[in-house]
Amino acid sequence: MNSMKKLFAVLLFAPTLALANEEGAKLDSAPVDLANHASLQRGARMFVNYCLNCHSANYMRYSRLQDLGLTEDEIKENLLFTREKPGETMAVAMTKKDAKSWFGATPPDLTVIARSRGPDWLFTYLRSFYRDDSRPTGWNNTVFDKVGMPHVLATLQGEQIAHFRIEKDHEGNEQHVFDRFELIRPGTVSLAQYDAMVGDLVNYLAWMGEPAKEKRMTTGIFVLLFLGIFFVVAYYLKKEYWKDVH
Amino acid sequence: MSRMQELLNWVDSRFPLTATFKAHLSEYYAPKNFNFWYFFGSLALLVLVIQIVTGIFLAMHYKPDADMAFASVEYIMRDVDYGWLIRYIHSTGASAFFIVVYLHMFRGLMYGSYRRPRELIWLFGVVIYLALMAEAFMGYLLPWGQMSYWGAQVIVNLFSAVPFIGNDLSLWIRGDYVVSDATLNRFFSFHVIAVPLVLLGLVVAHLVALHEVGSNNPDGVEIKKHKDPVTHLPLDGIPFHPYYTVKDIVGVVVFLMVFSAVVFFAPALGGYFLEANNFIPADPFKTPAHIAPVWYFTPFYAILRAVPPLFGSQFPGVILMGAAVVIFAALPWLDRGAVKSIRYRGALYKWFLATFVVAFIGLGWLGIQPATPLYTWFARILSVVYFAFFLLMPWYTKIDKTKPEPERVTG
Repeated sequence: MNSMKKLFAVLLFAPTLALANEEGAKLDSAPVDLANHASLQRGARMFVNYCLNCHSANYMRYSRLQDLGLTEDEIKENLLFTREKPGETMAVAMTKKDAKSWFGATPPDLTVIARSRGPDWLFTYLRSFYRDDSRPTGWNNTVFDKVGMPHVLATLQGEQIAHFRIEKDHEGNEQHVFDRFELIRPGTVSLAQYDAMVGDLVNYLAWMGEPAKEKRMTTGIFVLLFLGIFFVVAYYLKKEYWKDVH
Repeated sequence: MSRMQELLNWVDSRFPLTATFKAHLSEYYAPKNFNFWYFFGSLALLVLVIQIVTGIFLAMHYKPDADMAFASVEYIMRDVDYGWLIRYIHSTGASAFFIVVYLHMFRGLMYGSYRRPRELIWLFGVVIYLALMAEAFMGYLLPWGQMSYWGAQVIVNLFSAVPFIGNDLSLWIRGDYVVSDATLNRFFSFHVIAVPLVLLGLVVAHLVALHEVGSNNPDGVEIKKHKDPVTHLPLDGIPFHPYYTVKDIVGVVVFLMVFSAVVFFAPALGGYFLEANNFIPADPFKTPAHIAPVWYFTPFYAILRAVPPLFGSQFPGVILMGAAVVIFAALPWLDRGAVKSIRYRGALYKWFLATFVVAFIGLGWLGIQPATPLYTWFARILSVVYFAFFLLMPWYTKIDKTKPEPERVTG
């Protein structure tokens, strides 16, 4: 049994693959708490208000928000602005062709974005936009260089600029390394409030990536309890039969 | 005569039901000294059944269409009742299959299960392993994520390295100039029909051959050499049913506990069982920065990358990668040891087996990492160690100082 355990230990604790971001920036830890339905509801509202104009969530049905404690009427009143019905998925009106000409790339579908990027990346990304006049949108991002997306949440966060320091890498080349942000125009909320709002949004994105996760966990506990009891029965059955083998 | 017995007689006079049950279960005599390592054969059969059953249900909702495949997987994950469970069991099952099969093969290496008279069992097993690799590779394309797409692109491109016919060959496999809808459709067809049929046939052949010659055991001695003079049954044998059926149930439950722990609490297993990049729909115009196959292929992928190109061709690497898999088939004829089991082998064999295990795991790890010059050199050294285990086997097994085998199994 030992070797099996070791094998699993190695697989479990080895560093997570492919979730590292390309820019190599340090990521902040996202406050993901799938049990916090109030946070998830606030995040859903933010998602619908700010993200869903350009980004779709084509595999996510509005009606699934009932899992967060919302009623169908609440969803209809607060989250559906256009002609959609609650059973429909979160599509956008913008065509792919328009998107491409406006932003240079189609904004990715966000249904499972938390599963490909990871919540920490999203949490850092949404707080790392800075003013950069060399970019067509006027915005750049420290975790996604030359990003096509403008800072949609700028009215909330305000505008910041990024300070870089120059460091030499091991080959002696000079590199611009991100040092810190400086807020040059405050937004409508404080930075702490902004972090909390982005936290809610990322929490929602994490939930939307796998709405069945809570059910998966609770089902898992029952399955393992059943198997635990089954093991005792199977073990003593085996022992009883094997009494006569010498 | 009871009703039940009457019915059984009716069937038996038309179909060998009782005879088959006896031959393969209740009167199949297996050595009484099976240890931990002997669980993995029956577990491999269990995982095969799990994959077939979950696969049937997935195929009810999955759409093998480049425009719909990714969405249909998310539909299964979200809108199909317990679809997430079926999908996670299937995706975890793929990795579990390889874990179980690798441990099953390692058992064969330790106790010399491939040696005479069990060469054919071993050969069927090697072909099962090949079919399993094909099955896993083609199944991995179906979710149509970035890793599915680019993994398939890289592997199919390997065939273009074959001299003269390479380009036509890879074109023939893909059915298009790049991996596309045509590729997805044919991979789906192979994954759900062709390869499972071959696998089932081979598993039957594997078991029939096993039950013809009888099982090996941790001592590597033949239990058929010592039979009861009256009953003619092996003295160290016990009927598979009920003894090993009840024992295997314990193994099955423990396996299912580990399996369920992954399915319910860590189905992506930190990116090893489900890769993060595979949650991005396939995009033929955007090559991911780092393409690596799923963990069970990485030892061979590392060997492929370790071999330097010859006259600008990757063909030598492809050949060595293929050889690394196929060379298992030669084992029965490479091993000249006086004994079968590691229990009675000398230090030389134990060292070679240990370095082989280190090389296999090390190559597996290297295959996941980006190929830096340092890692490439590590991979080269470990590739040499990997092949040395096989190619030097006739020499080191012959001169190894073995201990005498016992006459009977030691319990």
